[in-house]
Amino acid sequence: MSKQNETLKTITVAGLLCFVCSILVSVVVVTLRPQQAKNAELDMKKNILMSAGMIKDGDDIEAVFATVETMIVNIETGKKVEMDAKRYDQVAAIKDPAMNVKIPADKDVGGLSARSKYAKVYLKRDSAGAIETIILNVWGKGLWSTMYGFIALGPDTKTIKGFAYYSQGETPGLGGEVDNPNWKSQWVGKNLYDTDFNVAFAVNKGAVDKNHQLANYRVDGLSGATITGNGVTSSMKYWFGEHGYSKFLANVRAGEI
Amino acid sequence: MLEHYLSLIIKAIFIENLALSFFLGMCTFLAVSKKVSTSLGLGVAVIVVQTITIPANNLLYTYFLKAGALGWAGYPDVDLSFLGLISYIGVIAAMVQILEMALDKFFPALYNSLGIFLPLITVNCAILGGSLFMVERDYNFGESVAYGFGSSVGWALAIAILAGITEKMDYSDAPKGLRGLGMTFMTSGLLAIVFMAFAGISL
Amino acid sequence: MSIKSLIVDPLIKSNPITLQILGICSALAVTVQLKNVFVMCAAVTVVVALANMGVSIIRNHVPSSVRIIVQMTIIASLVIIAEQFLKAYVYDQWKTMAVYVGLIITNCIVMGRTEAFGMKNGPIESFFDGIGNGLGYSIILIVVGFFRELFGSGKLFGMTIFELTKDGGWYQPNGLMLLPPSAFFLIGFIIWVIRTKDPSQVEE
Repeated sequence: MSKQNETLKTITVAGLLCFVCSILVSVVVVTLRPQQAKNAELDMKKNILMSAGMIKDGDDIEAVFATVETMIVNIETGKKVEMDAKRYDQVAAIKDPAMNVKIPADKDVGGLSARSKYAKVYLKRDSAGAIETIILNVWGKGLWSTMYGFIALGPDTKTIKGFAYYSQGETPGLGGEVDNPNWKSQWVGKNLYDTDFNVAFAVNKGAVDKNHQLANYRVDGLSGATITGNGVTSSMKYWFGEHGYSKFLANVRAGEI
Repeated sequence: MLEHYLSLIIKAIFIENLALSFFLGMCTFLAVSKKVSTSLGLGVAVIVVQTITIPANNLLYTYFLKAGALGWAGYPDVDLSFLGLISYIGVIAAMVQILEMALDKFFPALYNSLGIFLPLITVNCAILGGSLFMVERDYNFGESVAYGFGSSVGWALAIAILAGITEKMDYSDAPKGLRGLGMTFMTSGLLAIVFMAFAGISL
Repeated sequence: MSIKSLIVDPLIKSNPITLQILGICSALAVTVQLKNVFVMCAAVTVVVALANMGVSIIRNHVPSSVRIIVQMTIIASLVIIAEQFLKAYVYDQWKTMAVYVGLIITNCIVMGRTEAFGMKNGPIESFFDGIGNGLGYSIILIVVGFFRELFGSGKLFGMTIFELTKDGGWYQPNGLMLLPPSAFFLIGFIIWVIRTKDPSQVEE
């Protein structure tokens, strides 16, 4: 075979191969994409409802989620804004210069440095239209990772109705125990704010003494995971402090939402 | 700002060591870690390639692959992120090839000492893994340079330490079945536990 | 070579992980839960088998100058396809292993087999060689995953086997098993056992 022929063959083979592979990959990607998008959406809905304790394994997620109202709220003013909630991703907005807000250093107790300008809030109302449950997206730094979760509050905006992280990368068995159902169940019924609406909630060091005056604001510490626990405490302090959701919650109490 | 990059580098070297906490590049790690000098050569080659490919892949991701990245070309709705894997590996293979040619032409001495390791690097999962982590953690360009450098230094450090220990291990009287590979596994396990101690450092 | 020996040999005798030192990265990282192990093993086995067969089919038409990149292209396309399938059908597992699925591309088992076997043998043999090596890889992963999940969290496939003390049972879980280094020790022990049974593998 002449040299030119060989070069031609190399190029033909490479070209054909690329063509076949690209057709295969594109077909698979295009046909599976709707299924994947559905999975991701369903997973998020499941996380939201799980955190509030509104579903158990095996429940129809779509049906329960249909009873929940989604709205976009400007965190700074605490007021509802008209935006397409379906297209808004609060976590992606942290990195988007047009959609985020730098957190001033003196307010940045959670070490987050920036947050999204708007929050996606989920509300469950009773049949009379009064708010039953408020579900909010919160995140904070643990030992290794940023832990993302949802917290569900009662209509008094004080009582915790449920809490769960949906994404965290803490040490399995130690900090990773934030996913332990027993630990998460302790949150239910605890108070986030004291009577003057200052954030009083914290992860305790060690087990909580039931007779302690602050027992209502504490959950057990996770053994061997002080830094993770501190991360949880400081993220709550940030998110429910004046730079976080406190304005929105005040509006809820005033009945404006 | 400088502090931010510095802490990223330290984190990538010690706390999130690619070899010892994510087990990337293990095949080469275990196969080459028999002599300190060879492992140092490989380590340097990895540092060079990683520091170039991670930022290169970062640019590729930000301007071509990310959802909405093609906005500048008039296609704001296109999401090509599924092509990530094949693009990154292409960039890595090309970079290694270019580096090999450039070294051969301009630094023959360095080429002779690194030469045999360069082809190995294309299939080293630490390199591809580094790029995938960069995408997953959403680093910007500056951060990706720091991360590329830090993570590869960490990998090189780990392989050098392991090679040092393995060299000494030749003199120990281990059970027959455990000699060689078995011993190397156990040692890496212990090393990985040692590196976990860095986890407590808050940056 | 018979198809049987193509499949059986790589299980213990020339196991890709313990003898050929191939594909170790993912063996360590995904073995905390057996569920993930099975998904990973299935993905790797399918990719190795198909890549080996694909390379074998076109082996006589590929000039050696572009050999490596051609193999890379085939493997990368197959991995992307596998990843898309995982994402669509076992989303929960895909989420926990995300990066490691992509790393099948650089899993040296795949590249090693296409280069050492697929380039020299026919498509059918290559396919079964791929299956065999994929299963050899799976055996080690399953053993490691079994011990890590059982002793680390007292469960198998997410079902409780040992009642944990924190749930009111008797078993105090071994925290080390949940941490990545335990996989090194377990594989070290597996190598020790295999080499005691089969002294021809011992390194002097």
